[in-house]
Amino acid sequence: MTEEKYTISILVDNQPGVLSRIAGLFSGRGYNIESLCVAETSEAQLSRVTMVTKGTRPVIEQIKKQLNKLINVVKVIDLTGTRYVQRELALIKVNAKPEFRAEILRIVDIFRCKVVDVGPEHYTVEVTGDEEKLNAILGLLKPLGIKEVARTGNIALSRENNH
Amino acid sequence: MELTGAQILMKVLKEENADTIFGYPGGAVLDIFDELARADINLVFVRHEQGAVHAADGYARASGKVGVCLVTSGPGATNTVTGIASAYMDSIPLVVITGQVPTHLIGNDAFQEVDIVGITRPCTKHNYLVKDVKDLGDVIKEAFYIARSGRPGPVLIDIPKDLAIAKVPYKVKKKVGLKSYKPTYEPNKKQLKKVVELIKKARKPVIFTGGGVIISGAAKNLTEFAHQTRIPVTGSLMGLGGFPGTDPLWLGMLGMHGTYRANMAVSECDLMIAVGVRFDDRVTGKTDEFAANATIIQIDIDPTSIHKNIPVSVPVVGDCNITLGYLNDLIKKENSEDIKKKREKWLGQIEEWKETTPLVYKQKDNIKPQYVIEKLFEITKGKAIITTEVGQNQMWAAQYYHFDKPGHFITSGGLGCMGFGLPAAIGAQKACPDAIVVDIAGDGSIQMNIQEMATAVQYGLPVKVVILNNRFLGMVRQWQELFYDKLYSSTHLDHNPDFVKLAEAYGALGLRATKPEEVEKILAQGMAHNGPVIMDFVVENEENVYPMVPAGAPITQMLLV
Repeated sequence: MTEEKYTISILVDNQPGVLSRIAGLFSGRGYNIESLCVAETSEAQLSRVTMVTKGTRPVIEQIKKQLNKLINVVKVIDLTGTRYVQRELALIKVNAKPEFRAEILRIVDIFRCKVVDVGPEHYTVEVTGDEEKLNAILGLLKPLGIKEVARTGNIALSRENNH
Repeated sequence: MELTGAQILMKVLKEENADTIFGYPGGAVLDIFDELARADINLVFVRHEQGAVHAADGYARASGKVGVCLVTSGPGATNTVTGIASAYMDSIPLVVITGQVPTHLIGNDAFQEVDIVGITRPCTKHNYLVKDVKDLGDVIKEAFYIARSGRPGPVLIDIPKDLAIAKVPYKVKKKVGLKSYKPTYEPNKKQLKKVVELIKKARKPVIFTGGGVIISGAAKNLTEFAHQTRIPVTGSLMGLGGFPGTDPLWLGMLGMHGTYRANMAVSECDLMIAVGVRFDDRVTGKTDEFAANATIIQIDIDPTSIHKNIPVSVPVVGDCNITLGYLNDLIKKENSEDIKKKREKWLGQIEEWKETTPLVYKQKDNIKPQYVIEKLFEITKGKAIITTEVGQNQMWAAQYYHFDKPGHFITSGGLGCMGFGLPAAIGAQKACPDAIVVDIAGDGSIQMNIQEMATAVQYGLPVKVVILNNRFLGMVRQWQELFYDKLYSSTHLDHNPDFVKLAEAYGALGLRATKPEEVEKILAQGMAHNGPVIMDFVVENEENVYPMVPAGAPITQMLLV
């Protein structure tokens, strides 16, 4: 059976230790976490965890059931194969020697991202998009010399039916 | 009314019907023990915190109530981990209360501080660190609710020392409501209709029962179900007692040390009805060949148990007892004679397997461990509550003592935890003061929690310890004999204590048998004694447990005597 990527959105009680229960479940049972993002929702007592995981269909089914079994997990939504929007944000610190500056700004313009920090030797670029877009810009900037990258991991929400 | 944290704990324990707790004091729980001395709650003061948890486990299984332990912080808390892990694997409802250093010291590496909530996260159903005394009452109530509902399990509550003396107005919710936790008790009715149709069609069906039957109190409904449909029944180690072990439809235990007929029946069946089991690797052997010809129906309250190890055709998520109740009602509407008639050939085949390849051992000049258990079964008329340690003693107990009722076989099934039997026997005896409670032990495992003999003597709990003394860690030695060229690495116990003198040192009765003809007499004498007894049976030292399926092999590949 082939492994595939799955995006799972998990609503949890906003309490200390909940993230550790989820992370512990994955490490203890040998499941993969590709990325994990967590923050409070509009209701203060709930947090949303967006997780991208990789596995075969039966393993993903087991992951969802195991997550549901945790007392602090309120809801598990598998977004994979449904209509949803996903975004990731990356900060990319790239070498910006004078001869490359124009090229970097052209790339920034094409990808509709922003330069958020400038120095004599670097630009820091903020880029938002899906994974494909982030990988594309990273691929273009790489030959110019990337100093550091910070990525948030995916966040996702399902689309409403009437749109 | 203002109460201290310790007083709130006592009050909620009473409300939750917890009249007996197993504990060991220490610095962080001084205030709780102080309050306990004045409260109307029985404390069984054990000699090691691991013993406290196993005792609470035995108490829970024998009484059907939630077992409760109380220990101090740091080493007190870490000593509970093995017991908690064992209860978690076997789905036993426990509430384990640990003391913690005062809130202002948490995270400072204070004296006797340990992050027990972090340590026990993967082996509890849920756990809590209470940081505000205002939450304490509700947390304890919630802990009991979580421990006993759904698929039960241990819940740990970590209480910092300052909370025990902090005062707060007593206000506790009447009812626990958790929006994120709602176990499914009621099965899907459509699935049940499918089950009935499959039963009507099946020619070679088998029922496979596990611990879920015992936990949900489904033994009666299961027996009715099997009799109505005339389907033979096998069980996992945890399932023993869920169906009468002396019933003609009983096949014996399944799996690595299962009976020939149980393993053959499962391998050839066309329909398997699995009730409250999780298809552990000790039962399935090679999963690809497990019940390979069968349509499998699985009834379980825990959705994660379904499709986990074995793909299932008809999953039924629900409480085993409720589900079997519905199935019995549905089956009554069918032509039961028609159903029963279909079984004759199949039951004949099973009878043939039973006759050609029964459970046997060869009697010799030395005492055979199996013989001791057979005699124990006879003398106690099959009515004793049996606890076991882990290893050969446990398997022989499972094979040769026939359990007719649930709650009479108490063993560490999933974790396989040596040192379980004696404290579990103490807990079971506390729950059932009039029952005969016997710990079937090996000479290795009894030494893992032997200190609890002092507890048994102190509280006058007349537990009977039967040591099958072969001077070996027998099960490990058996594997070394069969799979490691007989290299007995670290399994020979040539420095055992004199168990008779050891019993006497604790103030218990010590007895010994060295010849087969002494077995009955010593057992009778031990059972008749009104107090704790250690019976040391010096048995054949290289006896093996058979049948045996090598790990990972299909269960039809049995090594026989």
